[in-house]
Formats: sequence, structure tokens, C-alpha cells
Amino acid sequence: MYRYDHYDQAMVDARVAEFRDQTRRRIEGHMNDDQFKPLRLKNGLYLQLHAYMLRVAIPYGTLDSRQMRKLAHIARTYDRGYGHFTTRQNIQYNWIKLEEAPDILAELATVEMHAIQTSGESIRNISADQYAGAAADEIMDPRPWAEMLRQMTTFHPEFSYLPRKFKIAVIAAAEDRAALRWHDFALRIVRNPAGEQGFEVFAGGGMGRTPFIAYRIREFLPAAQIFSYLQAVLRVWNLHARRDNIHKQRMKILVHDLGEAEFTRQVEEQFAQFLMLKTDFPQAEYDRIAAYFTPPPFESGLADEVDRADPDFALWVDRQTVAHKAPGYAIVNISLKPIGGIPGDISAEQMELVADLAERYSFDELRASHAQNLVLPHVRKQDLYAVWQALDAAGLGGVNLDLVTDIIACPGLDYCSLANARSIPLAQKIAERFADLDRQLEVGEVKIKISGCINACGHHHAGHIGILGVDRKGTENYQLLLGGSGAEDTSQAKIAGPGFDENGVVDAVERAIERYRAIRSDGERFIDTFRRVGFEPFKEAIYG
Amino acid sequence: MKILTGNDLKTGAVVWWDGSGWSLHVEEAADAGEHADVILATETAACRVNGGYIIDGMRDGDGKVRPAHIKDRIRALGPTVRPDLTLKPADPAAGSWVI
Ligand code: SF4
Repeated sequence: MYRYDHYDQAMVDARVAEFRDQTRRRIEGHMNDDQFKPLRLKNGLYLQLHAYMLRVAIPYGTLDSRQMRKLAHIARTYDRGYGHFTTRQNIQYNWIKLEEAPDILAELATVEMHAIQTSGESIRNISADQYAGAAADEIMDPRPWAEMLRQMTTFHPEFSYLPRKFKIAVIAAAEDRAALRWHDFALRIVRNPAGEQGFEVFAGGGMGRTPFIAYRIREFLPAAQIFSYLQAVLRVWNLHARRDNIHKQRMKILVHDLGEAEFTRQVEEQFAQFLMLKTDFPQAEYDRIAAYFTPPPFESGLADEVDRADPDFALWVDRQTVAHKAPGYAIVNISLKPIGGIPGDISAEQMELVADLAERYSFDELRASHAQNLVLPHVRKQDLYAVWQALDAAGLGGVNLDLVTDIIACPGLDYCSLANARSIPLAQKIAERFADLDRQLEVGEVKIKISGCINACGHHHAGHIGILGVDRKGTENYQLLLGGSGAEDTSQAKIAGPGFDENGVVDAVERAIERYRAIRSDGERFIDTFRRVGFEPFKEAIYG
Repeated sequence: MKILTGNDLKTGAVVWWDGSGWSLHVEEAADAGEHADVILATETAACRVNGGYIIDGMRDGDGKVRPAHIKDRIRALGPTVRPDLTLKPADPAAGSWVI
């Protein structure tokens, strides 16, 4: 795992001191809210429905036990005993006091964490495959590149006042677990026929009011040229961006206005210029950072079998663990989606338990996934039973990865000041409707994603079934969308028809799923059946 | 009726203008009527409220003030999915007040 050097630490510490002073000046009345707001947002501090909300960055979703214990400590000391994992692999606290925010940032800095660039018109927390460094199907660990990009872009003057926010993801496997093509800029690490490492580059994706799937703008970019290329992309956006119109500022709008060919042409033109400036990093710098991501010392000769005598444990193993690159190891997914619970929420006690398990059983590593779950990336198969027992005793032994109750839901109108409708109660009702595990397993993979407004933090455009909350004359109303995907088969969900009230949309989801069960062919997931038969059979089931 | 709301600067807590200051309880909100803009401007300038704004209020069956829109009713109570964290944690029916 990357460790701060003295430059990183000095920058973060200076930022804490600066924000402490800014906060003092605001509280003493030397600044008004309009003056203070951009400063607090630069430090991840929002004013939400009930209080200040602090969003803490978890770079590429990687944490160690020391950091997780600090997050638990913050939840208990400064918040109300819990935190919420988001779809950008970050964590949010909902009940923060302004006067305590600088102390929280100071505590975070002691474990090499911060809230910088988790808001505002900046390059946001760079996301990655939550199985990075562990997945059997990856060609390398993508995190050294994510860390390189983080260092290149943090505090970069040209990127500090971008036209709008900018989201980057990096993966290194054919299976896309990071919603790659829904990002402004996304990289898949590949090798060319000569065996050289490089990137397949995507640009212009994004959800929100105007959803677009990113174009592939480069089939192969030599790895060492990535910073020149990223600067070229940002330069083209910066030159043309519609800073006059908030709805047109995201890069996806520019990319799709110019068109794939013209955008790419301009990027390549800028790229040629940047290459001449020689701003790319030297190999030694990559090597220095990559050394932090050296694989842990996996034991050899471990048994690959798991004792499946306990049927509940066997169910959990089958659903919640996935193949690891090292024989005798497994990747463990920890569900933060208990039936009737709040997707992504976790108590301070649960955080501490997960930290203990990471320390004892997973080489001190933990991951947050964009689907609002946690991951223990490197667990010996012989330890799985002990891990499961501990998780189960803490209410974290849920079996539902990628099933109908593994719902992504944004905070919605229960917490978010931009919301039109509540998301969480809907997730709870759908989960309760499908609580029976046999039924869930029989239905198979269905990804339901819920957003409380058009900003789409709940990724509803990428849901096999998406739900969007809208305000209809002062009451909550929900639009149902079908056919989206955030995986390697990326597609954009489309609205099925007229909206519903809360109970109505739960019924509609059930009718869509029952129609799928009735018409699916062997081995088809919900999304496969939808793609084969189209909207009509589902509309007929939903609207009758 | 017009009522004023915002957040406490230091704690971020949701507050309501009660005619002379800011209260945590929406039941104490005063009808600011046509003076709403002036009161809000004065209170904001004096840093006594943060992010303040004016909303429509109404009286429920018991004559108590509550916001007209669901968003501010949720603000007035707390998250509907965590009754233990609302202003009325002991009242199991509190959620129905919001919806
Ligand atoms: S989608 Fe809308 S309601 Fe949900 S968290 Fe984002 S801004 Fe808030």
C-alpha cells in the first residue's frame, strides 16, 4: 500500500492548518457563507439536509486496518456512530459540526487520509477495481497507476478550477468492476502484441442529467505517456468548456458535441505538443511507487479446498468469495446490504471488526467497492470459516453479492439537500420483498440502482433496473428504468413508462423480475433476457 | 404562512426562526409573513444563521406549524430511516408526521 512521503504529509498537514484558520474566521464572522462555502467544499465539507456532511477520500478504495480504525473513531467521536460508503469508494459522515471539522481532518492526516478533492470542480477520488492486486483475471495491479495519477493531479494548478468535476477510473482486467465507461476518463491496462504495457483509453462518459457512455479514444497508449495524454484531454476540455452553462460544463457534453472523431483529433494534436514538453514522469518514479504495491508474501502449498460441512457457510462461500490469483487464497466480499438495512452504512463497531479481520486474515488490507460493499482481498481459504463466523456475528454475514437485494442507493431525501425523493426506504422495501434467499438465488444476478435525483449518485442509468426519484407536485415519485449496465457490457438504462409512488415502484420491480423468470432462457441473467426480448414484454408486465 | 429556516453555523443543526431567535423545533416557528426577506437578510448578515431560506409553512390538525414540502418536513424531524436519530426518537409515529 502507498505510504505518504514527507511531501505528501507536509501538504496534507498544511491544508489542515489552513482550513482550521478558515473555519475560525468563518465562526468569528470574518467571512460570510458565500465566501466560506468554496473553501469548505475544497475540504469535502458539505452542508446537507440535517447537518454538515464530510466526505473522506479513500484513494482507489484501498484502506488498511489503522485507517479503518480511525474512521471508526471519527464515527464514534465526532458523528453518531456510523459512516456511509459511497459509489465513489469514499466514506461520508452525516452529522459533522463545523467547529470540529478541522480536528477531524487533523485526525485523518495522522493516518494519511484527507477530504481534499472530494467535492468541487476538481479531479475527484480516482476509483479502481476493488479486487486490484488480488483478482485472478487481472494482468497487473492497477493501483500503482491510480496512485501515479493521484499524485500528478492533486493540487495541479490547471486542474484546480476545472469547468466541472472530473472522474477517473483505472482497471486491469477484462471484467469491468469499476463502471469504467461511466467515467469522464478511464483506463484499462492492456498489453500490446509486443508485450508492452499501455492503456486502452476511454473519455466522455458520465451519468447525471445527461448520461453518456464514454468513447474509446485510444486502443493503445504507451504507459509512460499517460500524463501527457491526460493533460491533452483536460486542455481540450478547458479550451472549449461551456463555463457559462452549468448543465453543459461536464466534459461528456463537449466530447459528444464535438463527436468522437473531432474530440480525439484535438486530443492527439495537444498530445503531440505535451510530449515535446517532456512532462511525463521518469521510470524510476513509477518504480518507486509500484514498489509500495508489491504483492504480500502469499504462502505456497496451501490447500485449495474449503470444508463445506456447514451449509450456511457453504452458501456464503459460493456467493461472497471470488477467485484469487494466489492458490489457496480467496477474495471475500462483505455485504453492507442487510435486508431492511441502509445500503453502504456501517457502524463504528462493525468498522473495527472489519479492521481486525483485515489485520489478522488479509495482510492488513481492505477495499471499498463502488457497489457500497467492503472487500477483504487476500484471505487464506483455510481461514474463511473463522472470517465468516466473525462477520456473521456482527451482522455482516449477508449473502447477496450481485443479487436483487445488493442494491446501490444514494442517501436521497433522507440526507441529501439536492434530493427529490427518498432512495433508502425504497431499497429497504425491495430488499424486504425479496428477502427469501432461495428466491434471490433462483432469480440470479440483477443489479438495482436507485438515485434520489437526476444527479445519479445511485447510478440508476447503469442499473439492470434503475430507479430515479422525482418530485411530482411536491410528492415523491419514481421512474423505473430498464437495461443499464456498469460492467464490461456497458449500456444505458431507459425509462419504462409513467412513474410510480413508493409502493407502486416496488410492485413494478417485482413484476419485471417475475416476467424475466417466466421468459428467460437457460443461463440468461435478467439483463441478457432484457436485451434479447426488448422492452415490450417487460412493459406489458409492469403496466398491464 | 412563510417560515424561515437554515442551519446553525457551528453545529449545522436545522433551525427555525421563532420570532426572536432560532429554535431547533419547527413547532416554534413564527409566521414571518411579508417581513421574511428582511428578517432573513438581517440574520444572515449578522451570521446568526447559515444557508437560510424562506419556505411555505402550514398548520396541522393540532394547529402546530410544519413545513408544506416533504423536504423541509424531513429536515424538521430527521432521517425517516433512522428514527433513533430524529428529534423525536421515542415517538414511533414520528415518521407519519413527515409523509
Ligand atoms: S443522486 Fe441526488 S439525491 Fe442522491 S445523493 Fe446524489 S445529489 Fe443527492
